[in-house]
Amino acid sequence: MTLWTRAIPASETVMIHVNGQPVTASPDETVATVLLRMGLRSFGLHPVTGQPLAPACLMGVCFGCLCQIDERPGTQACLEPVRDGMTVQTERPDAP
Amino acid sequence: MGASLALGFARAGASVTMVDAGDDRFHASVGNFGLVWVQGKGATCPDYADLSLRSAKAWQGFAETLEDGTSTDAPLGYRRCGGVKITLGAEELDAAAAGLDRMHNQSGPAGADMILLDRDALRDRIAAIGPEVSGGTFCPHDGHADPLTTLRALHRALRRAGVRVVRGKALRVSAEANSEPSGQGFVIETETRRIACGRVVLAAGLGNTPDICEPLGLRAHLRPQRGQIVVTERTARFLDPVCHSVRQTEDGTVMLGDSKEEVGFDTSTTGDVTRAILDRAVRCFPHLARVRMMRTWGALRVMSPDGLPIYQTSERYPGASLVTCHSGVTLAAAHTGEVATAILENRLNASYPAFSPARFDARSEARSEATT
Repeated sequence: MTLWTRAIPASETVMIHVNGQPVTASPDETVATVLLRMGLRSFGLHPVTGQPLAPACLMGVCFGCLCQIDERPGTQACLEPVRDGMTVQTERPDAP
Repeated sequence: MGASLALGFARAGASVTMVDAGDDRFHASVGNFGLVWVQGKGATCPDYADLSLRSAKAWQGFAETLEDGTSTDAPLGYRRCGGVKITLGAEELDAAAAGLDRMHNQSGPAGADMILLDRDALRDRIAAIGPEVSGGTFCPHDGHADPLTTLRALHRALRRAGVRVVRGKALRVSAEANSEPSGQGFVIETETRRIACGRVVLAAGLGNTPDICEPLGLRAHLRPQRGQIVVTERTARFLDPVCHSVRQTEDGTVMLGDSKEEVGFDTSTTGDVTRAILDRAVRCFPHLARVRMMRTWGALRVMSPDGLPIYQTSERYPGASLVTCHSGVTLAAAHTGEVATAILENRLNASYPAFSPARFDARSEARSEATT
């Protein structure tokens, strides 16, 4: 279940893979909004406490949206525009 | 610094107003590294070594009185985890051993607890060291705290203790006859206010300019010394003791850097220094090469000619004192405790003779004798 949907229809779509699953997205959005639309609430775990992290700011400040994007671990999903063929791996693929 | 002293005065029952210029970029309290550090301090001045040690030992109690348990703010994160100054290669280890011998001979209790660790002994404490690491010096009294949450906690404690905090910069402090019992009072002028008081303590760091100090018979002799700091992304815990130039915060971020530059009032950062900081950090802990740098900043140390604190009560106006040092975090517990008490009991000069600015006069006389 997700709280997030697109308000404006995508003008064009690209395909990315999130935790191995193909997802359509729009090149005008970031990885973070794609994950939120998919219903993911946590993208990764705190490296010290192991607690799940969630994005809070969506503008590059809180570091709550870190995940692995195209083999780069610890990438801020909210600052990463979607590109066709991108692969995204969250640390908790089973998150609700 | 100012907040620590003000809290000490208020807890002793004084009515206190703190004039605080705020968190601008020249304030050491919002830019510093967060060490509570004893080792190596006062290698040439046992009084400074002892004061640092007393303050470090008082820090746990100081932190507990600041954390009142009702705040939703992040905790101070103070941990007396012991500190290591890492050496790279045989030469640095030899130099550290020689320095330690001097400390043991000269500086009393603070030096006595410092030990030399060889590579194997250090690896027992920190498994992540790199192949170039030859060892280091260890002091059990060293630790670290989050300087920002500490500052916030101090301000909360000031409010609870009834201290009035006035935002503004002191432009002028003048001694005036008024109705105080001593027959002497002072007026602090900011852009918008005049604050009359019976006693005044200058604790403005680099804001203790000659214009402010000299009319009161005080001399600060201060200059800014820039340090650059690099902070990384959060990473799994690898560092339990704190290192002199590498500290891992409670949150897992790693702070790096102990550069020293004489560049005046300039807080900018430079590629050369950043690179040097990162190079040394990666030689100490090779896995940091894969950890991303998030941010750098420059901050200004409040530095006296010999690096030691300056504590002075004016001969001409005994109600006016100056307190300044570059270790505002390490000495915070002492400033709230014994130093605030010494000021209130009118014995700052008598209790801390080693920190009198008269030492600079003696030196310049000695120098001029040498040249004539």
